[in-house]
Amino acid sequence: MSALKPKHQRLVLVVIALVALIGAGLLAAWALRSQASYFYVPEQMMAEPPEPGRAVRLGGMVEEGSIRTLPDGVTVAFLVGDGKARVPVRFAGILPDLFVEGSGVVAEGRLGPDGTFVADNLLAKHDENYVPRELQEMTEHQKREVVAETEDGA
Amino acid sequence: MIAELGLAALWLAAALAALQLYAGTMALRPGGEGVAALVRPAAVVQGIACAFAFLMLLWLFAITDLSVKLVAANSHSAKPMIFKLAGAWGNHEGSMLLWVAVMALSGALIALVERRLPEKTMLATLAAQAFVGLGFYAFLIASSNPFERLPQPAVEGLGLNPLLQDIGLAFHPPTLYFGYVGLSVAFSFAVGALLTRQVTPEFARVMRPWVLGAWVFLTLGITAGSYWAYYELGWGGWWFWDPVENASLMPWLAATALLHSASVLAARDALRAWTIMLGVVAFSMSMVGTFLVRSGILTSVHAFAVDPERGSFILVLLTLYIGGALALFALRAGTVSEGQRFAVTSREGALVFNNVMLSAILGIVLLGTLYPLLTEAFGVRVSVGPPYFNPVGAIFAIPMLLVMAVGPLLRWRRDSIGRIQRPLILIGAIILAALVAVLALGEMSVLPLLGLAIAVGLAVASFLPLRGRRLTRVPLAVWGMVLAHFGLAVALFGMASESAFSKERLAAVAIGETAQVGPWEVTLSEVLPAAGPNWTAIEGHLLASYADGNPIELDPQSRSFWAPLQETTESALATRWNGQLYAVVGSEAGAGRWQLRLWWKPFVTFIWYGGMLVALGGALALIGRVIDDLRRRAVLARIARRRSEEAV
Repeated sequence: MSALKPKHQRLVLVVIALVALIGAGLLAAWALRSQASYFYVPEQMMAEPPEPGRAVRLGGMVEEGSIRTLPDGVTVAFLVGDGKARVPVRFAGILPDLFVEGSGVVAEGRLGPDGTFVADNLLAKHDENYVPRELQEMTEHQKREVVAETEDGA
Repeated sequence: MIAELGLAALWLAAALAALQLYAGTMALRPGGEGVAALVRPAAVVQGIACAFAFLMLLWLFAITDLSVKLVAANSHSAKPMIFKLAGAWGNHEGSMLLWVAVMALSGALIALVERRLPEKTMLATLAAQAFVGLGFYAFLIASSNPFERLPQPAVEGLGLNPLLQDIGLAFHPPTLYFGYVGLSVAFSFAVGALLTRQVTPEFARVMRPWVLGAWVFLTLGITAGSYWAYYELGWGGWWFWDPVENASLMPWLAATALLHSASVLAARDALRAWTIMLGVVAFSMSMVGTFLVRSGILTSVHAFAVDPERGSFILVLLTLYIGGALALFALRAGTVSEGQRFAVTSREGALVFNNVMLSAILGIVLLGTLYPLLTEAFGVRVSVGPPYFNPVGAIFAIPMLLVMAVGPLLRWRRDSIGRIQRPLILIGAIILAALVAVLALGEMSVLPLLGLAIAVGLAVASFLPLRGRRLTRVPLAVWGMVLAHFGLAVALFGMASESAFSKERLAAVAIGETAQVGPWEVTLSEVLPAAGPNWTAIEGHLLASYADGNPIELDPQSRSFWAPLQETTESALATRWNGQLYAVVGSEAGAGRWQLRLWWKPFVTFIWYGGMLVALGGALALIGRVIDDLRRRAVLARIARRRSEEAV
């Protein structure tokens, strides 16, 4: 075990450390590609749905008048839309504060085989200072859309 | 007037830092000895001035001076005094001022007491400290002035984010900052040693208390932060692999590695360049952490008070410090001569192995945290969570934990596996027995299973270094190591148990109905309105009984604050020795029912007990080292006195 040539000890240590770190880096890169959860807006989710069971996130606006509580009292169903498409979402749990119709939401979960998005977690606006970053962009994007639409109509 | 005094003190401190940097750098050159005498006094006065500036800010918050922008934006006259004071550092500007004040005070302390290193190394260290400080002063004065006045005094303050109005907040961020500051001092020592090529065991002994102190504070900060997120966010989780959490974990990993390599350098004069490198990395990680938290560049549940402009300022500082230090390292590392050699099977060998594993875990966390930034540059938005961090981290954490159980039993320099055969077999047998015992409880996933078994083995192994020793004569530092390693085992047991045995129940419950979760029966007895100084709430009254025992009352709340308008869920906890019941009340579910979310988490509290034990171990080691140093100094002083007497 201890038959290392003392002369090269520092070099050997550096090489071992480098190999371990590069190994960790490669492993991380591989795992990141397969384990990162992608962000979808409803339009993308309709056009190219993720494989069922893969953890992804869905961001959009909670459609007006779409929230309903199922008879069990804890499961909520609603539609998340982006003006172009809408995805039905189901969530069992306590709704985040400030989760209301017409406001933005990011749902973490997976697409079920029936096309319903089953959310494990909902991220909504915390307070007036904090908006999930995806949502911020989403609402600006939507504002632009709305402006464009009204201008077209005029 | 108070605000102006504070600002003036801040400018004075900045000017002194500039002087300290100039004089310290000049003193390193041949013929620069003339200005060397300025360095230490400049550091001391800088510390006093900066601490004074922070005291002025505290004063402004205490009297709620609404003509100051920061107070108006973050305080409120109706807040309790403790939260008024905590508000002083519960925001970006104030927390940066606290950071720089602690850093300046640390600089003052080493300038006053540290005389063991060669004077040139000390001057270079203080110059490096001033260089780091100067960046923060520029940052404060240019883009985050905490003393800025409003053109018109505000009528009332805007309050403090109610999520943060919690006793945890009063101590959580400062604790982490103390840790970051300790690492900045270690960084300065590393730069000083590198500049003067004095990478000696003495250098490691001088740096070690700062690393130990930083590590204790980081451990406490992470432990407290985890518990805060656990009971405050109401999601029942204790770690989310959130960028802000990772930002505190990465410096901790680096500091853990640094702590151990500094010990090798101090005891055995080996790992010289590696220790310097870790000193640079540890501080870099705390800067990266600050950058991630303050810039808001990553989505985080903790993201508050973010500002992209300040983010870029910190990014510039970060590049300057890290780039500069790494360049210096690249230039000088080759000239640091190799230290003592050691065999693979030795205490050093085990420590090197764990250092490499810690660095690998650090790299994995860093990559996972930054990956979303990277993909976003290509227009793909992703988030990285437990499915990545848990298994990939475990690949390196498991071998590290196994070697950690054995390493302290090995001798320095050269040892053989045969000599520690019996304890090795004992540890292996315990781990195997634990594996079998846990498997008998039922099926579970691999990681919690391994976690439980290794935790049990490590808990026993951590005490083995004490065998055959007279306990009264074991040095404090060894007790510290034993306790810290044992604490890690305890925390690991809690983590694995929480993940393996947690039971969750989500139900809509009418008044008088009962829900079951694990061994608990929880009855909703009533739902009432409640009110506090700046909030109203609905409060659920629950009666929870464990295995038909006496019912315990639990009152989870759903609170609405009005300054600023915001809602939060306040969880209620019932703690037993073997776990916690966690209850959250939600909104009305129709037909007179209320949403209840209940968790039974066996041994979850071990996570934080373990964290506290680790910190306690670090504190013991720190005290032991400082006492040793003081004793050595006393002995040296006595020898010197005797010599001078003999000379007379």
